[in-house]
Amino acid sequence: MRVNRLAVAAVAILTTALSAACSGGTEEPSSEAASQSAAPAGPVKLTYWTWVPNMDKIVTVWNQAHPDIQVTVSKQAGGDDAAAKFLTAAKAGNPPDLVQAEYQMLPSFVAADAVADLKAETAQAKAEFGEGIWGLVTLGTDAVYAVPQDSGPMMLYYRKDLFEKYGIEVPKTWDEYAEAARAVHKKDPKVFLGTFSSKDPGWFAGLSQQAGAQWWSISGDAWKVAVNDEATTKVASYWGGLVKEGVIDGMPYFTPEWNKALNDGKLLTWPSAVWGPGVLSSNAPKAKGKWAIAPLPQWSASDNYSGFWGGSSTAVAAKSPNKAAAAQFATWLNTDPQALDLLIKEGAVYPASAKGAALMTEAPDFFSNQPDFWQQAAAIGATARGFTFGPNVNVTYNAYRDAFDKAVAAKSDFAAAVAAMQDTTVADMQKSGFSLAQ
Amino acid sequence: MRSPKTGARAGRAGAAPYLFLAPAMALFTLFMALPIGYTIYLSLRRTKVSGLGLGKGARTEVFAGLANYAAAVGDGELWAGWLRVLGYGALVLALMLGLALVFALMLDAAHVRLARLTRISIFLPYAVPGVAATLMWGFLYLPSLSPFGEHPFLSADLVTFSMANVAVWGGTGFNMLVLYTNLRAVPREYYEAARIDGASELGIALRVKIPILVPSIILTTVFSVIATVQVFTEPTTLRPLTNTISSTWSPLMKVYRDAFVTGDLYSAAATSMVIAGISLVLSFGFLRIVKNRAFGEG
Repeated sequence: MRVNRLAVAAVAILTTALSAACSGGTEEPSSEAASQSAAPAGPVKLTYWTWVPNMDKIVTVWNQAHPDIQVTVSKQAGGDDAAAKFLTAAKAGNPPDLVQAEYQMLPSFVAADAVADLKAETAQAKAEFGEGIWGLVTLGTDAVYAVPQDSGPMMLYYRKDLFEKYGIEVPKTWDEYAEAARAVHKKDPKVFLGTFSSKDPGWFAGLSQQAGAQWWSISGDAWKVAVNDEATTKVASYWGGLVKEGVIDGMPYFTPEWNKALNDGKLLTWPSAVWGPGVLSSNAPKAKGKWAIAPLPQWSASDNYSGFWGGSSTAVAAKSPNKAAAAQFATWLNTDPQALDLLIKEGAVYPASAKGAALMTEAPDFFSNQPDFWQQAAAIGATARGFTFGPNVNVTYNAYRDAFDKAVAAKSDFAAAVAAMQDTTVADMQKSGFSLAQ
Repeated sequence: MRSPKTGARAGRAGAAPYLFLAPAMALFTLFMALPIGYTIYLSLRRTKVSGLGLGKGARTEVFAGLANYAAAVGDGELWAGWLRVLGYGALVLALMLGLALVFALMLDAAHVRLARLTRISIFLPYAVPGVAATLMWGFLYLPSLSPFGEHPFLSADLVTFSMANVAVWGGTGFNMLVLYTNLRAVPREYYEAARIDGASELGIALRVKIPILVPSIILTTVFSVIATVQVFTEPTTLRPLTNTISSTWSPLMKVYRDAFVTGDLYSAAATSMVIAGISLVLSFGFLRIVKNRAFGEG
């Protein structure tokens, strides 16, 4: 009996001590919140899904300057998986407040009602961006669904040293590119001028944009789908012919095999986007200082066009309880000079804002041989053609992979693969009930 | 057919049996019945978009009846996927179980040196996660990286064999262990008797050991059939490395594509139900066929 009573007493003392300690910790903020009455208790907490490297460092700078709006970064894998994850989270009702949205996925996010309209919050930010980029976040409507972050104008990366070795000029037109492909492969059957990747629909979309393709457009209250338009079919048939001829390889990008070919000098060019240096330096480090950039070859000598591959924006989830704070952060991140500087240096991002692009002065380390890298990139970026992405890009892109996988493996008609993309896209939109214009 | 006596006993027990059953039933309901029910519910729905599909309320969920099932069953890709998996499965089953049986019999034979080491090294690949094993083999298959020379292991003609090789490499050890454990439990007197009757080691293996092993062989076959029907990891992991594996190579890959790539959860749910049905028919069908032999049931 006595032991029991002792135990009870001990527990009682402990409990009192503990609760005192706890309340000691919580009392101060709660009384502070009470004194502010109308303001919400504590700082606004935002979560941000992104795959920009070192974003946590950039966010730390924001958090120190804005004690009332605290952002937490959750690092994502990127690409299609990240988009699928966000759509699933939005459907389940617990999305992050902020999300990195690739331009081509934004219409899918909008169609799923997963991102908020930021028109009011971004009225001032609009002036910071070019018209083509801004169109990618408005989708040609009155709303604004995200703040642009980076863009990916396309250019031709080529091995300067090997071009000299094989005695070929930098191709100005796609005809010259085809001639060069034949010449190189003839001199060394193990070497290719380039490869056609059936795994990268964004790359093919960029090349089609350069040729003037418009896969989706809005006419009145209906979508017009033209994945198999003349420009796209022309691009597909061009590459299909070269693959069939055997002078352009068919291995996909971003594979160990591709890395090796780049490293060993078995691939001489890569039509890619402005973010290419990061990929080349990590996937093919051996060729440092040997690559250079030039504008993409043109479809006719008098043209001067480029397209976009990749690029993303910062969107605010429709279900976020703190949309205004989230929009404020998204605007700061992509327009504030300090943030842009950090994005460039820490995140290796090519900013979409004009101010940001002007900050790019020192050539990437990998391209130390080309000191005017960014000036060239800016000039090329100005020639990139705009594009409207549709509400089911994921379906179209998946159809690209399946159709071109087969076409490349069988060296069959690439135009038929483009037709398959069109059919799959239209069938999916019809099934969902979208209004389609003929 | 209950005798009145047992009926009376059950009546007297009152709520007790239900109480004993309750935890199992609760768990079953929570983790099996409810998810399956929800999948069936989803499979009967679809999204309906109006106009451009942009902005609020443009997308609603509506009842679709059996349309998703009709689409799933009518999709040639699903059946082409089944055919591919059937070919792949036949290869894997024959090779993996055949090898497992041979290894188990060899290890069980009387005079094998280093039996322990051999057993562990055959089993070891099973401990390697599927994704890691597939990536490792994938690197070995890529012509420019392969130590086996420049062979097109991932070409359209060979890709099924290459994938089957990964599964056989990973799965043989486990199945061998099941069979081997079963063999060790057999009283040694059987073999002695056979030997006295003049049977050779091979004769003992064929006439004594294999008949004893039949139930285990059936068990491993059923498990392997279920695993092959669900093949997903190997083709999905190899896909980025080659042009020859489509996003619908196996039925489960189609479900994944519908749910997470093209964002059509409803079709994915319907296809899942179809796949579950076929797997059930396959595994129970097989069990039914072999029941008499395996378990001596009538």
